[in-house]
Amino acid sequence: MSKLTLNALTKSIWVFHAACSPCNNCDIEILDALTPKYDLERFGILLTGSIRHADALLVTGVPNMKTAKKIKYLHQQMPKPGVVIAIGTCACGGNLFRHSYNFVKPLDEIIPVNAYIPGCPPKPEAIIMGVVKLIKALKGK
Amino acid sequence: MNCYMPIVNYLIFPGFLFIALCGIFVSYIDRKVTARVQWRKGPPVLQPLYDIIKLLGKETIIPAGVSKTLFLLLPFISVCSIVLLATMRGVILNWPGEPFIGDLIVCVYLMTIPAICLIITASISKNPLASIGASREMKLILAYELLFVLALLVPVIKSGGKIIITEIINYQVAYQPVVFSISGIIAFLCAILCLQAKLGFVPFDIAEAEQEIMSGVVIEYSGFTLAAFKLSRIMMLFVYPMFLVKLFWYGKTATLFGDIISFGLKYVVVLVILILLKNTNPRIRIDQAIRFFWSYGLLLGVISVILALVGL
Repeated sequence: MSKLTLNALTKSIWVFHAACSPCNNCDIEILDALTPKYDLERFGILLTGSIRHADALLVTGVPNMKTAKKIKYLHQQMPKPGVVIAIGTCACGGNLFRHSYNFVKPLDEIIPVNAYIPGCPPKPEAIIMGVVKLIKALKGK
Repeated sequence: MNCYMPIVNYLIFPGFLFIALCGIFVSYIDRKVTARVQWRKGPPVLQPLYDIIKLLGKETIIPAGVSKTLFLLLPFISVCSIVLLATMRGVILNWPGEPFIGDLIVCVYLMTIPAICLIITASISKNPLASIGASREMKLILAYELLFVLALLVPVIKSGGKIIITEIINYQVAYQPVVFSISGIIAFLCAILCLQAKLGFVPFDIAEAEQEIMSGVVIEYSGFTLAAFKLSRIMMLFVYPMFLVKLFWYGKTATLFGDIISFGLKYVVVLVILILLKNTNPRIRIDQAIRFFWSYGLLLGVISVILALVGL
């Protein structure tokens, strides 16, 4: 990836919100992070409707028998370069559902995950901090 | 030298580079004002430029079973038609003496081409949501196009039935801008409403309703095709209101500098009207849009044409 593309990419991250059977708390916190109070458009972060436009895939919830296939398919549909951010303890490692009968694998064994934001649910501040750390890591600082 | 001028005009001055840069700035104004209306801070100045550079650097996915040529070509046809429109107008304004009869009609056609490109790309992209978007865009064109042509008839009638942009401009310089008459102001408002639909701004963004059909018509675009699409949207935001200002509200001052300033201010007024309409309205359904344009809209349009024929 050239330096110009990387700079432009980190200044304009369009996110796609993929709910992978969550309990909805993390989804609500993601929507909170996108409200005018935190104003993520300052950093060029926008919510897009289509995975084809997205640079970051925000995954919430535990991948189960049905959603594990779909999240993999969704990741293949995303134009590269793109990143995956696991939001919430469920997406990071399964939380209390990890011994459940419908638990397939942790998310990072299905698709490559670039950033983990634990919390049940993580606060909007935590999500923003995770994204900032991810941008720094992408830039190699 | 002379044979290179059209190419320079097309690619640099009134054409591609100029309107792309101005469009990027104008699109920043749009996003900033939207942010301020929503009590936010808003993006940095170069944000639209970052978006486009990022999209150019990304992978372009062509869905399986889709005609590659059409899918890749259509966004560029839409950009080219807008650049052609801007070049024609710019050349006519800066170097008068080479107008041709009916250039207004050509401009109206060129303004429709981006929407038609969208419809074709959405229909060939083999996505159910894109086809919904395409059908909505088609209905929307049928809804607003008649009113738009009626509104453009008013300056034509005022200038004595001339369908040459230079003649309309000359009329406005000699007498008064079209917008300062009763029929003119009604037609101008109608044209602004149509522009809102042409630009895909909020009360009429039915074809690409993001929350409802996931950006509908453009759902399968990615990478540089999406960049071309965004660029054409950005250029439209600069070119279309300029076109209206030129037809309805053209005035001359003593100096060239004064001309540019007054022209820019008028453009900003139109732009702010568009942005405020966008931010204070909810999205309407496609049947409501058609009903609105074909009842109230058409009524206003016919009234303004009749008033113009009477001479008001």
